[in-house]
Amino acid sequence: MAGKTLYDKLWESHVVHENEDGTCLIYIDRHLLHEVTSPQAFSGLRMASKDVWRSTANLAVADHNVPTTDNEQATDTFSELQIRTLDQNCDDFGITKFGQDDPRQGIVHVIGPEQGATLPGMTVVCGDSHTSTHGAFGALAFGIGTSEVEHVLATQCLVQKKMKNMLVQVNGRLSENVTAKDLILYIIGQIGTSGGTGHAVEFGGEAIRTLSMEGRMTICNMAIEGGARAGLIAVDDRTFEYIKGRPFSPSGEMWDMGARNWVNLRSDEDAKFDTVFQSEAVDVEPQVTWGTSPEMVVPVGGKVPDPDKEEKPTKRSSMKRALVYMGLEPGTPISEIAPDKVFIGSCTNSRIEDLTEAARILKGRSVASSIKQAIVVPGSGLVKQEAEAKGLDKIFKEAGFEWRNSGCSMCLAMNSDRLEPQERCASTSNRNFEGRQGHLGRTHLVSPAMAAAAAVTGRFVDVRSLNSN
Amino acid sequence: MHKGIVVPLDMSNVDTDAIIPKQFLKSVERVGFGQFLFDAWRYLDQGEPGMDCTKRPLNPKFVLNQERYSRATILLARENFGCGSSREHAPWALAEYGFRAILAPSFADIFYNNSFKNGLLPITLEGKIIDTLFNEVEALTGYSMDIDLVKQVITIPSGTNIEFNIDPSRRLVLMEGLDEIGMTLRHRKKIQAYEQLRQREVPWLFRERVVNDR
Repeated sequence: MAGKTLYDKLWESHVVHENEDGTCLIYIDRHLLHEVTSPQAFSGLRMASKDVWRSTANLAVADHNVPTTDNEQATDTFSELQIRTLDQNCDDFGITKFGQDDPRQGIVHVIGPEQGATLPGMTVVCGDSHTSTHGAFGALAFGIGTSEVEHVLATQCLVQKKMKNMLVQVNGRLSENVTAKDLILYIIGQIGTSGGTGHAVEFGGEAIRTLSMEGRMTICNMAIEGGARAGLIAVDDRTFEYIKGRPFSPSGEMWDMGARNWVNLRSDEDAKFDTVFQSEAVDVEPQVTWGTSPEMVVPVGGKVPDPDKEEKPTKRSSMKRALVYMGLEPGTPISEIAPDKVFIGSCTNSRIEDLTEAARILKGRSVASSIKQAIVVPGSGLVKQEAEAKGLDKIFKEAGFEWRNSGCSMCLAMNSDRLEPQERCASTSNRNFEGRQGHLGRTHLVSPAMAAAAAVTGRFVDVRSLNSN
Repeated sequence: MHKGIVVPLDMSNVDTDAIIPKQFLKSVERVGFGQFLFDAWRYLDQGEPGMDCTKRPLNPKFVLNQERYSRATILLARENFGCGSSREHAPWALAEYGFRAILAPSFADIFYNNSFKNGLLPITLEGKIIDTLFNEVEALTGYSMDIDLVKQVITIPSGTNIEFNIDPSRRLVLMEGLDEIGMTLRHRKKIQAYEQLRQREVPWLFRERVVNDR
């Protein structure tokens, strides 16, 4: 019998009941909640006079709508109502919530790991597709819709069909100044935005093993952009180091018990994957997206591609449409594209290493005069505190960046941080969809270092051509 | 059994931000999204929550605004429909607009799952069949089809039958509008037994909540 994949192990250890057609009731260890996708779920519970099954399995925070400046209350009355509704629901159902004045507030996918609320071997769900982030800890983590949010609240379970197994293997090590963000954009460019559909994708190989936990979170975060609801990375010493001592992490005897349990959270040598994608880290260069889908990506030294050279008609028409939307001509060197705004933040790239990486480029430099606005939005209040303790805020501010409070911010522009029509943004977020960062706004996804390089030069230049000051 | 007019949306990777843009997610209700479906494509102005959509300028080029498709209830789409965010507001908007089924070569996983919870049937068909349907729909005004969920068969105007496949449990939920939470709670004892076992194996997940542990 073939060995088991990490996903197989996580799945099997959470099956409560198997239905005749093979769908299973699986147990959910951790449920994260935010203000946008939960109100209707709580209303559903109330209408059915149901209680929350296990309130301590839940952790809530408002992140999508929240303002990132001190002088704003809430962005608008609709947002304010959503934030207040989350507060009320958490109070009524006894759910732990980090409020706006709590330094632990932040983007839900940043605070889960930060608090140790995400641990190896868990099932983690949230009404947000970027829940795949938590798979970096050898947890089975995926996004769900609001009906499922209600289902988890009421039953602590979900009805699921087992996904297929996919392995994305990255051999060798990434070159200097090539980051996890570049790697995941490269992978999505190779497998396409539906390459992982129907699969739980495990990322493995030397390039992944040598990434920090934060880099691994960046990788798993964007698994969904490759179509995979869940991204996974095996547990190793780096995982242990990261989680040790965090508020929700076990300690003492329980830690030892956990550690014995967690070391097995990796795919067996002889595990069988339904789909395997092999790649070489040495091929990965700093990446920049040019279009309106994360798969529309090229190395920074490349050019905007020509749709007429694309053979597949549907792909050709998508490319043409994307070029019109983005206001770009085929053959334009990426290095000639000039952003208007720069956004460093989001659940993909707002952790301390991301800010450190950007600050390293910004130190002693200034934002180019052609840049209308450059903002940095730390992933949580604690990330912000840590960055300030390290003096990163000074570097950002001296360079001309606005130093904001934590939240999802311009990743999806639900608060007042957004692009105006036709504005172009160098963004460390995860989606370059039409209108994502604002109506008719144009997004180019990049790493934090590349965003910093774009800020100081006013162009998408190869960060490797700038020396660290 | 559903009979309806088909509208072709000839774009791949239609994401949930396009289906229902983020500004409309600022709602605590489950209704009111249909009028904002495909908002950035459907209207010429910039949509905001609370707007009276009957007074907004329509984009005549957008397929849903064309008279021949005005009563469509079946959406013909391309690869990876519904990719992106997990927002259930996307199927809410599609269903409220009047769509009952979507035909595509592939769907994003979360969207696919969410659709069944909202009376919206996502049908996956081979790319070649989808290509043919696009040609046929565009060639014939009023093109409609019958979708039989029990037999899992689509009948097109030529009389040809196209078979499709849906998981039995999903089909049941859609056909009978079952209370899924109620169904799960029938396994209450099994859930409790699992929970007790899990508590012994991973007790740290069952500690009292961590409050003010800053």
